[in-house]
Amino acid sequence: MNPVLDFVPIWTLILGLGIFFYVLLDGFDLGVGMLHGLAPDTGSRNLIMNSIAPVWDGNETWLVLGGVGLLAAFPLAFAIIIPALYFPILVMLLALVFRGVAFEFRFRDAPHRTFWDHGFCYGSAVATFAQGVMLGAFIQGFEIDGRHFAGTTFDFISPFSLMTGIALVFGYGLLGAGWLILKTEAEIQAAARRHGKICLVGVLLAVLIVSVWTPLQHAEIADRWFSWPNIALLAPVPIATALAAFGTWRALSGTSEAGTFIGAAILFTLSYIGIAISLWPMIVPYHYTLWEAASSPKTQAFLLVGTLFLLPVILVYTGWSYWVFRGKVRGDIGYHH
Amino acid sequence: MELDPVFLSRLQFAWVVAWHILPYALLFGLSSWRFALAGSRRSTEREIYLRISMFWIKIFSVSFGMGVVSGVIMPFQFGTNWSRFSDATADILGPLLAYEGLTAFFLEAAFLGVLLFGRKLVPPWAHFTAALMVAFGTLFSSFWILAANSWMQTPAGYELIDGRFLPRDWIEIIFNPSFPYRLAHTVVAFYVTTAFAVVAVAAWLLRRGRFFAEASIMMSMTLWLLSVLVPLQIFIGDLHGLNTREHQPAKLAAVEAHWETARGVPLVLFAVPDEENETNHLAIEVPYLGSLILAHSLDGEIKGLKDFPREDRPPVAIPFLSFRLMVGIGVLMLAVVVASWWLRYRDRLFDSPWFLRACMMMAPLSFVAVLAGWTTTEVGRQPWTVYGLMRTADSVPPSLTGGEVLVSLLGYMAVYLIIFPAGIMVMAKLVRKGPDTIESDSPIESGRPDRPTRVQFQSDGEQP
Repeated sequence: MNPVLDFVPIWTLILGLGIFFYVLLDGFDLGVGMLHGLAPDTGSRNLIMNSIAPVWDGNETWLVLGGVGLLAAFPLAFAIIIPALYFPILVMLLALVFRGVAFEFRFRDAPHRTFWDHGFCYGSAVATFAQGVMLGAFIQGFEIDGRHFAGTTFDFISPFSLMTGIALVFGYGLLGAGWLILKTEAEIQAAARRHGKICLVGVLLAVLIVSVWTPLQHAEIADRWFSWPNIALLAPVPIATALAAFGTWRALSGTSEAGTFIGAAILFTLSYIGIAISLWPMIVPYHYTLWEAASSPKTQAFLLVGTLFLLPVILVYTGWSYWVFRGKVRGDIGYHH
Repeated sequence: MELDPVFLSRLQFAWVVAWHILPYALLFGLSSWRFALAGSRRSTEREIYLRISMFWIKIFSVSFGMGVVSGVIMPFQFGTNWSRFSDATADILGPLLAYEGLTAFFLEAAFLGVLLFGRKLVPPWAHFTAALMVAFGTLFSSFWILAANSWMQTPAGYELIDGRFLPRDWIEIIFNPSFPYRLAHTVVAFYVTTAFAVVAVAAWLLRRGRFFAEASIMMSMTLWLLSVLVPLQIFIGDLHGLNTREHQPAKLAAVEAHWETARGVPLVLFAVPDEENETNHLAIEVPYLGSLILAHSLDGEIKGLKDFPREDRPPVAIPFLSFRLMVGIGVLMLAVVVASWWLRYRDRLFDSPWFLRACMMMAPLSFVAVLAGWTTTEVGRQPWTVYGLMRTADSVPPSLTGGEVLVSLLGYMAVYLIIFPAGIMVMAKLVRKGPDTIESDSPIESGRPDRPTRVQFQSDGEQP
């Protein structure tokens, strides 16, 4: 192999960012999908839907990038993790299909609007829960034989993974509430602030439970966080989390329109960093490191050339399309001109 | 009965890919069709092209939604059901699939919002660029996916080390022997399919005497296009066949149901292939035509299935029949095109009921032809996932059981049987409404009634 050029750290960073973008972006629109189910009437449901209509499919493509990126850069991880999560992935995909087509169909297939509304809201909730379960199962690790998953179908179900499933529902709900506060006004915004507070409490409880549970279950994780000098070096993570939580609560209670979304994004970033610190350098937890699961340097190099050119372009125009649709959405524009 | 996870996984893959190809073929063609209309509008400055374009963009946006949601499913199939295949080939196929995701999916998805909703929010050149990017995106997407698929059919540029395929030469990998033919054949097939869909809609409108001006332009433009594409497709298909003879002789033998290696072989028009006894029943044959078509010479040698060990042979009946279905539909297409020349010459193109009826029938048939062609090439590749090197039976995860796959397959079937008929119904409703004249005046860009906009809504941009 090539000792001079090690592409693994670069690919770790790219894939890490890709998955993070997915969580943040599809996270808020899945959250908006769930809050959509709590809206009182068709008018506000239309408005809530329109706040994400131009961006949702762009957001969802990060999931595809995450999937094929993992396949290309860390194929061993892909070949073990994905079959191990057979059913949560199936449920997530089917739920995403339902909510995806609901965007188009609830307008065009008016006689069945209620059906598609339900598809949208429950689809969002089920997909979120499934992703949370996958996260929990991933942290707990899989049974492995050589280069294959060796466990059984329902290994993914555990109290821990069910808990992370519920946690992610609150987490995406908080992001969704932050988005709606940013994009809407009056009653819808007020409702989003109320829902956001409930979600924030749920998120903080979940973060607390995971932070206690994971080190108790895995001695190596406890060791990583609580041994000297790590405990001092890593202390900023929990402290920043507490500060971000406080700031998000203030934003929800006050008049700030961007604060909740930013606060929720910071909370997600910190949780993500926390998980990364716990698991580093494993990509198949407790079995294979990033380096062991990596594809050949030739493969990583070939894909890197194009990625380093395309990824910035993608980021720029993703930003541009958000810029084009900036500002509040309004329901009364559309029919009148 | 023991449930076979390999067979059920193949069935599941076929099911989810088939439903991905259909909307994809349509959106692929429509993105270019909209360009033809934009070009015509620019050069003639006639409003009618915009009305036609606005009409098709609504159908485009429905097919795009279906294409995106069924596309998100695809990469995960490689993991959930084909993980050993992924582990062995990811060093080569991973980047191809990832490039597909990067270049194509993102170009489509990120620009689509602007294309559908943003015509009045961005300057005309930016909107035009977005439209161009969406069209390019669909093309790139086909390029990478077909490169990966072709590599599975005719692998090249690799080294096999410890059961894993490692890259040796990327140019050889991407431009593997069957790739140029497969790419050309597929891209033209998507255009032909879309063109027949447009012709069928136009014929339907003409038969009802509605929107004559719009429908006659749609019909005339696309029939000219088909006059070029259908003969071209038959030519490319022939080249693709020669390529298969050279690189995948067992597939060709199965497609033609030839059991014995021979020269001057007949063309089997129809037969019931019997794999057990290695023979055909009820065969209708034309002497020497087989060699003439397949090898371009009367005494060209065609390898028979008996030259290959039984365990290396593909199933015979399915590729044999699906290939005949595809070619049969191709012949019908050619007949429609030739008839259109005659009718155009006689100035009866828009008012011959039999011809309009034939045009309407061709739309579903052309989609069937795409699926039949794809079935031929994929079933003909069996029993391999990497032709001659990795068996389909060794490609599924060891942990996977037949029961699991049955549950997931039923799940995909149930969901697809709700959403795809709904999608087709929605498209039919749009067609029934016809190219509405009102909507080009309103700010509705995609046909979605409540459009997200900024509060300070300043509409100018491109004049309708």
